[in-house]
Amino acid sequence: MLKATGLEKRFGAVPALAGLDLAINAGEFFALLGGSGSGKSTLLRVLAGFEAPDAGALTLDGQDLLPVPPWARPINMMFQSYALFPHMNVADNIAYGLKRAGVAAEERRSRIAAALDLVGLQWLETRRPQQLSGGQKQRVALARSLVMRPRLLLLDEPMAALDAGLRERTGLELRALQRKTGAAFIMVTHDQQEALALADRIAVLEAGRVAQIGPPQEVYARPATRFVARFLGAANVLEGRMRDGVFESAEASADIGTGLPAATIAVALRAEHIRLTNADEAPVMTGILEDAAFRGDDWLLIIRLRGGARLRVVHPAPPPAPGSAVGLAWGAASVVPLFA
Amino acid sequence: MKPGGFVRAVMLAGFLFLWLPILLLVGFAFSADRIPFQWGGFSLRWFGALATNERLLEAAWLSLRIAAASATLAVLMGGGIAFALARFGPFRGRVLFGALAGAPLVLPEVVIGLSLLLLFVALEGLIGWPAGRGAFTILLAHAGFGAAYVAVVVQARLAEAERSLEEAAMDLGASPFVAFRTITLPLIAPALIAGWLLAFTLSLDDVVIASFVSGPAGTTLPIALFSMLRLGLTPEVNALGALVVLGVGSMLALALWLLGRRQA
Amino acid sequence: MGGGIGGAAFRLMRRGILLAPLWMWLLMLVAAPVLIFGVMAFATPSDGVPPFTLGFRFAAFAMLVEDFYYAEALLAALRLAATTAGLCLLIAYPMALGMAGVRPAWRLPLLALLMLPFWTGFLLRLGAWIGLLRDEGLVNHLLRGLGITDAPLALLYTQGAMLAGMVHAYLPFAVLPLFTALIRLDPALLEAAADLGARPARVFFSVTLPLTLPTAAAGFLLVFIPAAGEFVIPELLGPPEAQVIGRVLWQEFFQNRDWPLAAALALALLALLILPIRWFQRLGAGA
Repeated sequence: MLKATGLEKRFGAVPALAGLDLAINAGEFFALLGGSGSGKSTLLRVLAGFEAPDAGALTLDGQDLLPVPPWARPINMMFQSYALFPHMNVADNIAYGLKRAGVAAEERRSRIAAALDLVGLQWLETRRPQQLSGGQKQRVALARSLVMRPRLLLLDEPMAALDAGLRERTGLELRALQRKTGAAFIMVTHDQQEALALADRIAVLEAGRVAQIGPPQEVYARPATRFVARFLGAANVLEGRMRDGVFESAEASADIGTGLPAATIAVALRAEHIRLTNADEAPVMTGILEDAAFRGDDWLLIIRLRGGARLRVVHPAPPPAPGSAVGLAWGAASVVPLFA
Repeated sequence: MKPGGFVRAVMLAGFLFLWLPILLLVGFAFSADRIPFQWGGFSLRWFGALATNERLLEAAWLSLRIAAASATLAVLMGGGIAFALARFGPFRGRVLFGALAGAPLVLPEVVIGLSLLLLFVALEGLIGWPAGRGAFTILLAHAGFGAAYVAVVVQARLAEAERSLEEAAMDLGASPFVAFRTITLPLIAPALIAGWLLAFTLSLDDVVIASFVSGPAGTTLPIALFSMLRLGLTPEVNALGALVVLGVGSMLALALWLLGRRQA
Repeated sequence: MGGGIGGAAFRLMRRGILLAPLWMWLLMLVAAPVLIFGVMAFATPSDGVPPFTLGFRFAAFAMLVEDFYYAEALLAALRLAATTAGLCLLIAYPMALGMAGVRPAWRLPLLALLMLPFWTGFLLRLGAWIGLLRDEGLVNHLLRGLGITDAPLALLYTQGAMLAGMVHAYLPFAVLPLFTALIRLDPALLEAAADLGARPARVFFSVTLPLTLPTAAAGFLLVFIPAAGEFVIPELLGPPEAQVIGRVLWQEFFQNRDWPLAAALALALLALLILPIRWFQRLGAGA
């Protein structure tokens, strides 16, 4: 439905987008994941029409979107600050877009009521934004955008301003809304939990480019680059190279895996895939336990290998004393080759 | 952290210093004595004398009209200047634009007055307009420096107001002009009003610039007052002072009361 | 940058239409007058109407340099402005501190009380000072009534009267920025200082003062710059010998009808004030 090719944008000397390609399908919940400076907010603004790219193309159903100004695009945006109009009450805020579109008063009323119903704020019509809580403001902002029945809704870090407890519940409600309305959602976030939990597909952005794109499980289990591996989950990344079919790593001072592609320049190993070996097992590698942190359900162990590298390991039971030597093992399938 | 006794004493002394002359001015307006600031029994005769002082009344009326007109012009231009500086990002000559916008704020009045007079003389010589100097030139001059003050007030307000509000409006289908009309304008309205009042007061109060750019028919109240004060003092000045202080004071009190009610 | 209605995504032509009248306004009412100054300063005075002939003479500037009278006028103005600004600041700091320390509900009324004198008209307030200080004025009347003096004291038309009038006129402008800065000051900073063992006076000198110094400097300049060109107060309250530049300029223009000299004087004043003005603008930009 929406296709972006080769988008470039600089602000002065700083490149925000450096040749970004992206395709969004109708009705999907898409997450743009990245740290600060990754270009995710700039991309959103380009899609909404508030920034014009220096180079590249953007089409919606094959039609060129770039010359279309923001007020004419069938795309709506939910701002990170919510941007609710302080001099209007909730109902007027939601009515704003409908009025601009020339919708008759009667229809406006019913659509506003339906939108408020959708987000669960039926009794707050006459309140002003200053009188609402953070969560309520977010819902009003959502209702204001959704009442326009957009084909694509852009969400700029929608849960960033909410308390941790509220975030998970709101996230699931957001996805339910998306399924219900059938619009495509593009959600920008720096929180990988959110992205993994809610999205149909994720794009991980790094320095203005897409580092990897795909369904959450795939991106998580088979990261394509070191950056993606580190960004999603507690992955250990070990540098090295392939020699005679064996991946050698100086940091680990051991051979880690066999049968990996020749182009492998590093491997990723998820912390929860490594286990401590019992006394009678032959470990793949040994190390010294440096530190342990209790996490409620499990322990996070920091283990120092002979080559100097530190591995993070998730252990389900109380660990041995710090300073002890431990053995580590993992399944061959857990070693993910990285090429970038 | 509460301020200590010394600080409070100085604060009270400061307010007293500011207000005592004014209160005395107002108080003695009700004195029957012909000598100003002497108490001769309660009387309203000086208010009566004021009401029949044709010269002062005419000057006051002229001043009010000029102040209102120049304040309105100042808000239009100053508002536009503020908007350009706060929302347009970089444009050609922006630095010069900003410097010109702020210049009237830092130039001494005699400099502004003289320079504007020279301008009007030059314009008259070159293109025959403005023909002669009087109320119109005063109006232009006041609007000129009033706009600079309005620009400061409105720019401050615009800087605060989130740009994302205007973007949200455009995202919802409003063209830039409609977004301005429905979102920006209501939000900066208080600043525009404050700017108008500021420009109005400055115009009403100005004697130096008006003296420079005025002509035979353009005697404003400050000009008339100034000549009066140079020669001496009559209790009519007290009466005028009393009227102004009570008038402005009550308007301010009303404004405060309204503001207090809105916040409740 | 580039956001909102004026964002970069929109055509420059729209902006051009809005900017054109604004540019015309600024060029006509701000830029042109200043340029004309330059032209006028090189003209020669004449007896016609208007009383000058255009030319390229240095006569006006020569007079400025040769006659010490003008240099003294400039110095006198700077002295008066500095004294006024200094006194204002000295009183304004405690006043602003006091105002910032009251309960928030009282702030707006206090602010109104501070600014109301400004709203009531500058000339009327000067009239009040005249009424108080002249020979038949209230102060002398009281002094004689109380038997403290026999003959009236010459209070009006003195340096002291002039200074009192200046401070009275400019004080609110020194208090206002300080007050605003003080209420914006994070109270946590003051509490942290106290927690670390500083007593109230120490807290003021080590935390409050340094943090509000830029604002104090701006307040000083806010008074100094216009006060340097002040004419009305010296004229109405000051002694005849207080020939500050504002008065001299006025006299040269209105009495001697020497427009070129007046223009040259104005340029000289501007030249002296360039540095303070630049400093003030830089302070404002940093705020």
